[in-house]
Amino acid sequence: MMNTEVQFALGWIDWTIMGIYVLFTIAIGFVLRRYMKSSHQFLMAGKSIPAWITGLAFISTNLGALEVIGMAASGAKYGWATCHFYWVGAIPAMIFLGLFMMPFYYGSKARSVPEYLKFRFDEKTRGFNAFSFALMTVLASGISMYALALLMETLIGWDFTMSILISAAIVLVYTYLGGLTSAIYNEVLQFFLIVVGFLPLVFLGLKGIGGWEDLKIRLADVALSGSHQYGAGAYTETWRYLDSPNSNPMGVEWFGMVMGLGFVLSFGYWCTNFLVVQRAMAANSMMAARKTPLIGAFPKMFLPFLVILPGMIALALTTLPDSGFVLPLKDGTYDYDKVVPMMLGHFFPTGVLGLGLTALMASFMSGMAGNVTAFNTVWTYDIYQSYIAPGKSDNHYLWVGRMATIAGVVISIGAAYVAKLFNNVMDFLQLIFAFINAPLFATFLLGMFWKRATGHGAFFGLLSGTTAAAIHHGLTAPVNATSLIKGGWLVGGAENVLKAYPSEMAQNFWTAIYAFSVCFVVTVVISLLTTQKKTNEELKGLVYSLTPRPKEKDVAWFQRPAFLAIIVAIIAIVLNIIYW
Amino acid sequence: MGIDIKLPIGLMFSILGAVLTIYGYVTKSDPDIYQKSLNININLWTGIIMLIFGLAMILASLLQRKEKEEKQDGE
Repeated sequence: MMNTEVQFALGWIDWTIMGIYVLFTIAIGFVLRRYMKSSHQFLMAGKSIPAWITGLAFISTNLGALEVIGMAASGAKYGWATCHFYWVGAIPAMIFLGLFMMPFYYGSKARSVPEYLKFRFDEKTRGFNAFSFALMTVLASGISMYALALLMETLIGWDFTMSILISAAIVLVYTYLGGLTSAIYNEVLQFFLIVVGFLPLVFLGLKGIGGWEDLKIRLADVALSGSHQYGAGAYTETWRYLDSPNSNPMGVEWFGMVMGLGFVLSFGYWCTNFLVVQRAMAANSMMAARKTPLIGAFPKMFLPFLVILPGMIALALTTLPDSGFVLPLKDGTYDYDKVVPMMLGHFFPTGVLGLGLTALMASFMSGMAGNVTAFNTVWTYDIYQSYIAPGKSDNHYLWVGRMATIAGVVISIGAAYVAKLFNNVMDFLQLIFAFINAPLFATFLLGMFWKRATGHGAFFGLLSGTTAAAIHHGLTAPVNATSLIKGGWLVGGAENVLKAYPSEMAQNFWTAIYAFSVCFVVTVVISLLTTQKKTNEELKGLVYSLTPRPKEKDVAWFQRPAFLAIIVAIIAIVLNIIYW
Repeated sequence: MGIDIKLPIGLMFSILGAVLTIYGYVTKSDPDIYQKSLNININLWTGIIMLIFGLAMILASLLQRKEKEEKQDGE
């Protein structure tokens, strides 16, 4: 048995690289400080940023440490089919956001996603969304801070508290000084750094295993061994084995995949989560705002090669007897979350090792800064200005925005420690938020495309969608679930569930499908039973049928969002076919 | 807003690239270091790629600035 604890020995060169990165990050905040004169500048970047920058920030803010580590982990656990999160999940949703939804977000006077809900529906729908979102974002950044600090502790031997405090301090400095602009600029920097830090890893990994074809052969052995009945290509092909949940490691069939992940979860995340939508709303024009997700889609489509592939290579190397690489075990299965750090330690000599760790740090910071800047905006505009102290001067709200930035970081740190103390509390909270998020896309879909949808309909639709998610989760469980947090809590455990899903992922997808459907139906029924209090005039700019189409006459056809969208769609389809 | 992000990105990548390139060059005859990376001098190659990217970013930023100035002069 090999020693599973890797301690990286870092040289001066590695520390130099990290130091240079941190210096630039903070410098950007200092340079931007003098522009932060109003809450509009601080919280919304003055709506002044070009599309290519918001486009890269759009995907970078989602590329936090949890995603980087998690996608590689899924690559090792589920194989290449994890690409569905990109090619079926994110890309269609990003196209939809850019073409159809952005005109309402950017064109209305809304400063945030919750504020859109207030204009379109009513105060209670906004309040529900604002509070749950604010809470969710700071907790999310706390969880990822915990994950990163834990990694640094086991790998480099950094003290848990020290690495939390230092990384939080860096993020705080640049977001406090330069607000959203600073976060966005840094996200672009971080994006390039993540790419350049992981590219050598993929290159060396593929070389180590002998290339894509050899990777396929190795993983075919893995798929055919063991008690399950996967197809030979189950780890290296995306669609071919989705005919039945039993023939692929995800335990999902194509309908659950397309509806659950592709439709409900991805559209819900990419089209309604203020964390990402905020980046597009910071763009300098309607055209730039609509192009933001479409430009982001180009690099997004190729991220699987960067973040999923290392996981598959790690799995293949583990089964290769003389590779010298073994994934550590945890509770009898591979400890998938260690894929990225183990691979970095295995292939990277001092020098690029510093670069790789810097990339990991950068990914963590982009995620955390994204959460903090989304939190301070929703807190300031949707909670503080709406419910606590309306009608104050803008200077006051700028100050509140800055204080909310500090508070967001401090609460995140607190959440990181809660996660350290009670791992289950965090699982539980994440579950609750999954319930809240699952139905959200139905509300937006009806809100934007059906003018008859009313405030009562939206609010009670959301509530019942959330309830439906909770009930479905309480009645079902993945097979071999050991804890009630995984499901079956309404029937007293996984033994008595109405349906046992082959995997947690399959259960998640179906929870989302039920939540969406219930929210959709209830919103429609209650809307028809209640009267629409908003006049057509009030709904102008908020509902598709009452909004004039954005003018594109003065823009060349190849620069229009629709043209970009077609290119993105074609590439995504080609990728799906190549890796069928 | 006031700054062109291409410049700091370009500067950072140029500096990091230069550091890695030099380090890779200096350590090129040290086989122990690069045993991990399958005997490829990964520092040197990554450094060169970063340096090229960084310089391209700086160049793009300078060109854009020049173009802007010419535009303003023309008005």
